[in-house]
Amino acid sequence: MSDFSIIGKPIAMVDAAGKTTGAGKYTDDLHLPGMLVGKILHSPYPHARIRSIDTSRAKALDGVVAVITGEDAPNPYGILPVGHDETALAIGKVRYVGDHVACVAAVSEEIAERALELIDVEYEPLPAWFDPEESMKAETDLIHENRPHNIEKDYHHVFGDPEQGFAEADYVAEARYIANEVTHAAMEPHCTLASFELDPHTGKLGRLTVWSSTQVPYYLQHKLSLVLEMPMSQIRVIKPLVGGGFGGKSEIIPLEIIAAVAARAARAPVKITYTREEVFWAHRGRPRTIIDLKTGVKKDGRVTAVGCKVIQDGGAYCSYGVVTILYSGALLGALYDIPNIRYDGYRVLTNKPACGAMRGHGTVNVRFAFESQMDEIAAQLNLDPAEMRRVNLLKPPTVTVNGLRVLSYGLPECIEQVVTRSGWRERKGKLATGRGLGMACSHYVSGAANSIIRSDMPHSTVNIKIDRDGGVVVYTGAAEIGQGSDTMSAQVVAEVLGCDLSRVKVIAADTDLTPIDLGSYSSRVTYMAGNATIRAAEEVKKNIVSAAAKRMACAPEDVVMRNDHVYKRGATPGNGQAGAAEILEEKDAPRGHVDGQILRGSVLQSRKEEGPRQHMSFEEAVVSAIDFHGALTGTGSYAPPMEARGGKHKGAGVGPSPAYSYSAQVAEVSVDEETGEVTVHKIWAAHDCGRALNPVAVEGQVIGSVWMGLGQALEEEMVWKDGLLMNPGLLEYRSPSSAESPDIECIIVESVDPEGPFGAKEAGEGSLAATIPAISNAIYHAVGVRLREAPFTPERILAALRAKKGMKRIGMTESVDPTAPMKFREHGGSLWFRGKGPMRHPFDPARRASPPGGGEQ
Amino acid sequence: MKKQLVELRINGRTYELAIEPNKLLLDVLRQDLDLTGSKRACDDSSCGACTVHIDGVPMLSCTMLAASCEGHEITTVEGLADHGGLAALQKAYGDFGGAQCGFCTPGFMMTVKWLLANNPDPSEEEIRAALSSNLCRCTGYSQMYQAIRAAISAEQKGIKRELVEAK
Repeated sequence: MSDFSIIGKPIAMVDAAGKTTGAGKYTDDLHLPGMLVGKILHSPYPHARIRSIDTSRAKALDGVVAVITGEDAPNPYGILPVGHDETALAIGKVRYVGDHVACVAAVSEEIAERALELIDVEYEPLPAWFDPEESMKAETDLIHENRPHNIEKDYHHVFGDPEQGFAEADYVAEARYIANEVTHAAMEPHCTLASFELDPHTGKLGRLTVWSSTQVPYYLQHKLSLVLEMPMSQIRVIKPLVGGGFGGKSEIIPLEIIAAVAARAARAPVKITYTREEVFWAHRGRPRTIIDLKTGVKKDGRVTAVGCKVIQDGGAYCSYGVVTILYSGALLGALYDIPNIRYDGYRVLTNKPACGAMRGHGTVNVRFAFESQMDEIAAQLNLDPAEMRRVNLLKPPTVTVNGLRVLSYGLPECIEQVVTRSGWRERKGKLATGRGLGMACSHYVSGAANSIIRSDMPHSTVNIKIDRDGGVVVYTGAAEIGQGSDTMSAQVVAEVLGCDLSRVKVIAADTDLTPIDLGSYSSRVTYMAGNATIRAAEEVKKNIVSAAAKRMACAPEDVVMRNDHVYKRGATPGNGQAGAAEILEEKDAPRGHVDGQILRGSVLQSRKEEGPRQHMSFEEAVVSAIDFHGALTGTGSYAPPMEARGGKHKGAGVGPSPAYSYSAQVAEVSVDEETGEVTVHKIWAAHDCGRALNPVAVEGQVIGSVWMGLGQALEEEMVWKDGLLMNPGLLEYRSPSSAESPDIECIIVESVDPEGPFGAKEAGEGSLAATIPAISNAIYHAVGVRLREAPFTPERILAALRAKKGMKRIGMTESVDPTAPMKFREHGGSLWFRGKGPMRHPFDPARRASPPGGGEQ
Repeated sequence: MKKQLVELRINGRTYELAIEPNKLLLDVLRQDLDLTGSKRACDDSSCGACTVHIDGVPMLSCTMLAASCEGHEITTVEGLADHGGLAALQKAYGDFGGAQCGFCTPGFMMTVKWLLANNPDPSEEEIRAALSSNLCRCTGYSQMYQAIRAAISAEQKGIKRELVEAK
């Protein structure tokens, strides 16, 4: 049934007005009386032992309230239970330039910054590891003592019989692909405000309240409890508006813990906001990934086996690393029918900021390699790339060779849609010189079927309360980060209860008020919180319906809730469609408000006078229900079904999802052979999101994903020089502006998932992965060069064009660009070392001209 | 640094403030006046989230001394509302998905407001050029163009209605 009243309609986000007027409050917009400013001292070395820290001079500065170091909160934590390798502030050792060393809480930002300069830290620099393949050979100077060869984790999976599969293949392609490091660069810099209240019984510090820019309030509550040694019940985490996450706020960022530790030491509220440069160092983005990919195919393009070795440059801490490396392997499955897979994944530690989860977690770079290689094979075997993808389609319902259950599968239609809309058949290969079309597909999970901390608890729980005023309040732990989670909750409740959207108020992500929800990551909110919300609303509805049935003297099955009314089926004119309710509305317009006490009497009175009713306003029905049942509340939970939780092998927990989204894209690009510049003219993006609960929001998510993929494809790249980030600013870390952004045509494909809320699946991440290979494939078809390293900057394209023409090779596609200017960016005046930037890194070869040892004072 | 008395005109009101001469306009707006609609996102005037109007011209308040704005008319996003309700542009941004996380939105509001004030019917090219001064990481800008088009047509209809009513 597709006769919905609110589902599927384009509606404005429920919090849109606060955003367009500037009235909405983000964490940094909050202010508490007596609030102090926290500033963090960061490591100037990529790898060094801390010999001593002397904070006495800083503490003596007027206006400084507290100075904390690692010893003030020594308990280790990390987002994954297997990766508790971080402390709030460094203890004994720093592991990347930017590692957190000490924090000052002072009455003003200026005093706090001055105090940072008065902290004396004596470092003993250690040899550092920057290249993952070098780092894997490490015998000494390990980044973490308990990780031999600096390997955080390696997995070796074999599904089916890859050797046999390759033996059966008519053609085998093999190549190395590299995708360089990118970061979220969400517009809102991380910010946390922490405040303790005094316990009336003990007179000491009691409950802690933390406001933070987080995607995962409940994980934050859990890790704060670990580090501060406080029960979770004494910690309240509130998520105000969040200015974008993309995964960068899906784990605990050091400042979130540091702010709480500083507030404890200072006995006053402390707010810490990262500068943009600090955000870049906090990072947790998509790791530089080296992919050695081998694909065997039959003559018709059918894949017989895939062998994939992945090395991820994970940075200095585990972060989400173990999950990232598992996703890279697991999501080789569930897009196409691949009978045999061999996967070797290495997550490697290096002395750079930790990489973590970023939009399309773990799949994006491998998908770039895979879809590029498919295109290469198609070219080799003279197959149409679209046709080659079609012969490899899954036949759902099915369980893939690596244990992923696929039910709804809109990929065939996605391919058909982009082929038709882009004029693929007519136009491909017939465009002007230097212009080409490229295709790629991708998919993503609708939430992980297994939670990070293994347990049997539901992944989402939602409570609903309706009072006599007819107001519907939804309490959900789901974290709105701009993707529309609050709007989705409101829509779902309004649809189930048949009430007006304006009645629904969503209270979200406040650990004291809302039931536990794992948070906004792995595109889980619509699917999981959505299902929990439906169940909660159904529970409330049951009580309203049974009360209304009594009032209307009919069976509960004959009660219809729609258009803010409750009426008896059959008693309405017409066939019970929306039109009928509209007619009712004319006769019995809903009253603006209901006075509970008076109304109860009048309802009883009118009941006697009128006899059984034919229909009621929503308020009347609610009041009757409360009269019959007492307070009207409902609760609903969601846990993924056992069949969707994956296989039994080591690492099988990552990859399984109750449903997968599918995406197919065609990119049209032109390449300037003189400058190497790529212009993307248009991208056709078809995305199977199951059902689009709110088409405007789905389009926004799909277009946003494609756009972010475009950034990674063309210009976004973190450039490193000996552990120092060369481009820690929004201008230097280039992402496409409106002038460079192509027209993106979003085509929504609805496969209606059997288990999704109203059939919905994810929409926020899956499209990203297809964009990068679609563009690289289009570049190939435009000028005949195959870019195997992203981003496809003019330098790399020129280098490839030169190589194709047999000209002298410029070795720019390996590692960082050696022709980069010696002084890429002057750190003088930067916000954290106050003009001492150039001196803080005496071993930087680019700075050899400066006097030796100039960095130490 | 010693504070000095400064008089600023913001959103049609006059404020007398004691501020350090080196204090940035963005910090004065956010910290001293609680006008937190203007956002700090990049620190170095590369993203446009802190855009305000100085005498009707979009400027970046994150790299501008508050004291230098004395005698000028400052407009922030808080001053955009239409008689206390949503301006057509603000409504359209909500309806068409022009804002997702919303952190960059106030800056865009100021930029687009200026664009439409100077060019009531801009071409696609002109819209793209104007918006390129602001960075958004969520939307890919596409839905903003729709929102701006809708706002223009709403404004034009509004004007037509006014003309009809005047007759």
